[in-house]
Amino acid sequence: MAKGEAHVTLQGVTRVYPGVAGQQPVHALGPLDLELVKGEFFSVVGPSGCGKSTLLDVLAGLASVTDGAIRFEGVPIHGRVPDGIGVVFQEDASFPWLTVEDNIAFGLRQNSVEAGEVRRRVDHALSLMGLKDFIRAYPAQLSGGMRQRVCIARTLVLEPRLILLDEPFGSLDQQTRLLMGDELLRLWRETESTVLLITHALDEAAMLADRIGVMSARPGRFLEIVETGWPQDRDSRIVARPEFGRITGRLWSHLRVESLKALGQDRPPL
Amino acid sequence: MVTRSRDIAVLIVVILLIWQGLYQFTGTGLLTAPLDTFARVLRLLGTPNFWPHLHESASAFLRALAIAVGAGLTVGMALGAHRLSGEVAEPILVALYSIPKVTLYPVVLLFFGIGMPAKVVFGAIHGVVPIAIFAMNAVRNLNPIYLKTAQILKLGPWATARKVLLPATLPEIFTGLRVGFSLTLVGTLLGEMFGSQRGLGHLLMAAIGLYRMDTIMAITLLLVIFAITINSILLVVDYRLHRRV
Repeated sequence: MAKGEAHVTLQGVTRVYPGVAGQQPVHALGPLDLELVKGEFFSVVGPSGCGKSTLLDVLAGLASVTDGAIRFEGVPIHGRVPDGIGVVFQEDASFPWLTVEDNIAFGLRQNSVEAGEVRRRVDHALSLMGLKDFIRAYPAQLSGGMRQRVCIARTLVLEPRLILLDEPFGSLDQQTRLLMGDELLRLWRETESTVLLITHALDEAAMLADRIGVMSARPGRFLEIVETGWPQDRDSRIVARPEFGRITGRLWSHLRVESLKALGQDRPPL
Repeated sequence: MVTRSRDIAVLIVVILLIWQGLYQFTGTGLLTAPLDTFARVLRLLGTPNFWPHLHESASAFLRALAIAVGAGLTVGMALGAHRLSGEVAEPILVALYSIPKVTLYPVVLLFFGIGMPAKVVFGAIHGVVPIAIFAMNAVRNLNPIYLKTAQILKLGPWATARKVLLPATLPEIFTGLRVGFSLTLVGTLLGEMFGSQRGLGHLLMAAIGLYRMDTIMAITLLLVIFAITINSILLVVDYRLHRRV
């Protein structure tokens, strides 16, 4: 598949959670249409509870859509994790009983990749993520940022063609998030994967993405797709540019209204 | 490591000194002195009649432990995996854990008679509940992100159970096994004391009947040394497993 072609397509994707114990069903998402181009970096921002994580779950095949269709490389995804997709979750998903090295190699070993190839890919990921000095360490001995790097490395060694990131830096401080953003951009350029990043941080979305999808309050739909126009070799220094402020301002003008809706404060006071 | 060994040595010396002090304070008849007790232990170990009793107790304990571990893990993990069943069963398990098990002993004797089966069952009854409770909570409290990760990494059900579920729940399960070990030992010995013609529990009861304080103290000392040794090993493993989480 050549760069610039549609890599993932979402058509009328809707997700409704059935009502439990007599409660009303919850319409969490959609209908939602989107086309991700191969090799692009796409961010999704939206108010709390707008269905961002639900979007990631249906894209990853962890949940089924109620209506509509998702295609990855032309093949439908419907509640089944397809080949070539990697996911990094917001929560620390490193396995505490394994060392850094074993964590990173876990997926490869499960897929019966040959030992020499496992060694090569793990070594590469370790140096890429700056974890070479912590091969034998257990996650409990690492900081939150380093544990998240282990999770990213575990995803990268599988060489996914589509990487889904669900607020991976949510638990980190601002400076670390900016630096991790730089690392993520570097990895994205190196792997040439398509990346979809779910985030609540407007600055993170504005700094990292080629395009940003702004979602409405629940049920989440795209209100606008904002093109950033950043060059591919960008890094966190772009936050100092005037365009950066304009982009985050535009995102916030949408999100302010939607966040108030989500909080139930969109009506004028009585 | 050196400091730890020194601390343990100091603790043993302090216990022995307190024991010797108590012996001197209470006078002969109520206790035996540490040195005399150790000498009696050596004499007991040199008596050919003693070994069948030790073998009987060890055999009963191992069987009871195997049943307690097998049943406790199966029941606990099943209840942990099925939330509703777990919520229904938890108060029952906790109530079973709280009641003095010795009240059930007449029922056990009625079913199994005097001998090996009764003490095995009685030992297992003591150990099974804590093992089940810990296993149930371990599965119930499993971080769902591990299962999501297993799904993303395309692990099948068997690989998920073996490579993710088991290691993720092992620290808590192991704590249950440690508690279950001690209670199974207590249960087995109680079973031997009141419904058996063989084993260390029976020897203890016979010694009580004959007022042989040296034998009572020697058997108790042997049991204490065994329990402390195994528990210390389990505690080290338990600590190492929890340190990683």
